[in-house]
Amino acid sequence: MTDSVGGRVSAQTLASVTGMARRLVATVLALAAVVVLWESYKWMGGRTDDHWPGTGFGLPVRTNDLVMPHTGTIWEALWDPVQRGRDQTLASFLFESARFTFNEAALGFVIGTVVGLALAVVMLRFSFAERGLMPWINISQTVPLIALAPIIVTWGRSSILSDSQAVSVIATYLTFFPVAVNALQGLQSPAKADVELMRSYAAPWSQTLWKLRVPAARPYLFPAFKLAATLSVVGAIVGEISSGVKGGLGRAVLNFATIYSTGPEKLYAAVLASALLGLFVFVLVSAVESFVDRNQDHLPANVSSAAGA
Amino acid sequence: MRRKWTSLIAALLAFSLLAAACGDDDDGASDGGGGDSGSCETIDDVSLQLQWVTQSQFAGYYAAVDKGFYEDFCLNVTIVEGGVDIVPQQQLATGVVDYAVSWVPKALVSREEGVDIVDVGQVFQRSGTLQVSFAEMGFSGPADLAGKKVGSWGFGNEFEMLAGLRRNGVEPGVDNEIVQQSFDMLAMISGEIDAAQAMIYNEYAQVLETVNPDTGELFQPSDLSIIDWNDVGTAMLQDAIWADGGRLGDAAYADQTTRFIAGSVEGWAYCRDNIDGCVDVVLANSPVLGKSHMTWQLNEINNLIWPSPAGAALIDQALWDQTVDVATTEGVLSAAPTAGAFDNQYATAAIALLDAKGVDVVGNGWSPIDVTLLAGGE
Repeated sequence: MTDSVGGRVSAQTLASVTGMARRLVATVLALAAVVVLWESYKWMGGRTDDHWPGTGFGLPVRTNDLVMPHTGTIWEALWDPVQRGRDQTLASFLFESARFTFNEAALGFVIGTVVGLALAVVMLRFSFAERGLMPWINISQTVPLIALAPIIVTWGRSSILSDSQAVSVIATYLTFFPVAVNALQGLQSPAKADVELMRSYAAPWSQTLWKLRVPAARPYLFPAFKLAATLSVVGAIVGEISSGVKGGLGRAVLNFATIYSTGPEKLYAAVLASALLGLFVFVLVSAVESFVDRNQDHLPANVSSAAGA
Repeated sequence: MRRKWTSLIAALLAFSLLAAACGDDDDGASDGGGGDSGSCETIDDVSLQLQWVTQSQFAGYYAAVDKGFYEDFCLNVTIVEGGVDIVPQQQLATGVVDYAVSWVPKALVSREEGVDIVDVGQVFQRSGTLQVSFAEMGFSGPADLAGKKVGSWGFGNEFEMLAGLRRNGVEPGVDNEIVQQSFDMLAMISGEIDAAQAMIYNEYAQVLETVNPDTGELFQPSDLSIIDWNDVGTAMLQDAIWADGGRLGDAAYADQTTRFIAGSVEGWAYCRDNIDGCVDVVLANSPVLGKSHMTWQLNEINNLIWPSPAGAALIDQALWDQTVDVATTEGVLSAAPTAGAFDNQYATAAIALLDAKGVDVVGNGWSPIDVTLLAGGE
């Protein structure tokens, strides 16, 4: 390894560290902005009896402590015991629940990604498959999840799946869609000339796929993975609520929703935890993306690189 | 070139490994242990579907698992919690569980639709549904609800109220306004409705866990008045243990049903005699539940079960007939259920088992305790 290479790496690391720091600052600022907005809206509503100042128009959301608890109340609730007489705080309980839901979501994400990629390749290879499958793939996402979830859970119970695995299937159902659609678009993205050049080399279909189409699809894939990852969390939580699976964030949301009228801050805390989990998986996929980026030589995905390999 | 793809695959692998590493805490259910299952030739695996998630409404079943009562009857019971979209009697009908807890009218609707299920244990002898209002409104009976805004949950939870109004000369929706109410008491507290539907063991307590803005203290029972459908005579039977009618012909399932009822009733007897210990079992099964709320709930549930004059889990023919009468006149059922909708023989046999074990299945000595509710039910 030469000095110049070492210098390049450290410069890259530095750039990624400052980039991360900048993103962190931006996230904190955005959070602070939400808190300020929330509290000032609440303050305003308190002064104007829930009307826009100087008008007779009511505010869209009422501002009393039941509908909008103080952000400080939510924060404090996080550090109170989850149950009177227990050592565990609500925050720690929600963290445990988030881990449980993450496992379900991650399994759903991995399976959904594999299924989505496989579908994309099949649709690429056989145009009749694209014509035949695409409408069904689209229709699949118009079926309301809450209608589907109990069916999947009941199927799961009559087979070998545990309830939390059935929840993963629900997450899969949401995740395969963006992956399939984006991957197909990406695989079809190389210019016609590039494809024809491969053909002129008498490259077999599989080689065209690996050397031309897959590299070209990469920029399409990670946005789809990010979307799929957050959707997998949504699917897992909805599945849990629907089927009553114990241990995850969905159950926490369900339980706290039933006591909303006497403790709204707990439901808000659970919703916050769900949002943070969504953010976490998004960041996780982004981290994988930048890791993959860094281990590539930033070669443009075109035929010259494919042909040179 | 190859390196790029191996690194992508490596990254994906690492991600799934991370997921797998975190994924090892599947519920390794610990079943108290220690009971003498030595006298059993075989242990039967049994599952019970609840109507909702863990709470004191189902305390007896949890206590029976935790204290080894099911084990004493050679059963290994798995409790399956309900969710938003879980219909217990449908889970029973599809065969994914062995027994289900369900309200009688709702289960009878499923039965009328062709689902072969049988009420084998009527755990709750009384209805827990109330119509609650502030005492200052001065409502003492259904007739007072004429011309008022009356909250209703819908989803089949409203028929005791509708029948109660009708039988007291108030045509619902004509002589008064029936307002869709969510499963909380906010609409009543804020004055949007005059009387709200509430379960005595849940929503009613939630009012008492709420601070009265006028006094700065929690609302007190003296601030509220209730209309109890048990007193009006339109109460319908609620939580019962339902079994699969098609399987009851099988001697093994029938015998298992008897033992399951026996274990369940022993659990409920434990919860009657050990309220605090029983609440602890419930709380241990769901760490988000409020302790005072769950203690209140168990106390009120005990009131719905005990005393059971003829013996716990036995179906009282008069109350069954009243349930069917209200259900048919209100159009919940198109006709009275076919024969065999309930069957007391399993509960009778279960009571004999419990008598031999020295368990009090009547509970004449039961009297409710005083529960102090804390803000938010903490």
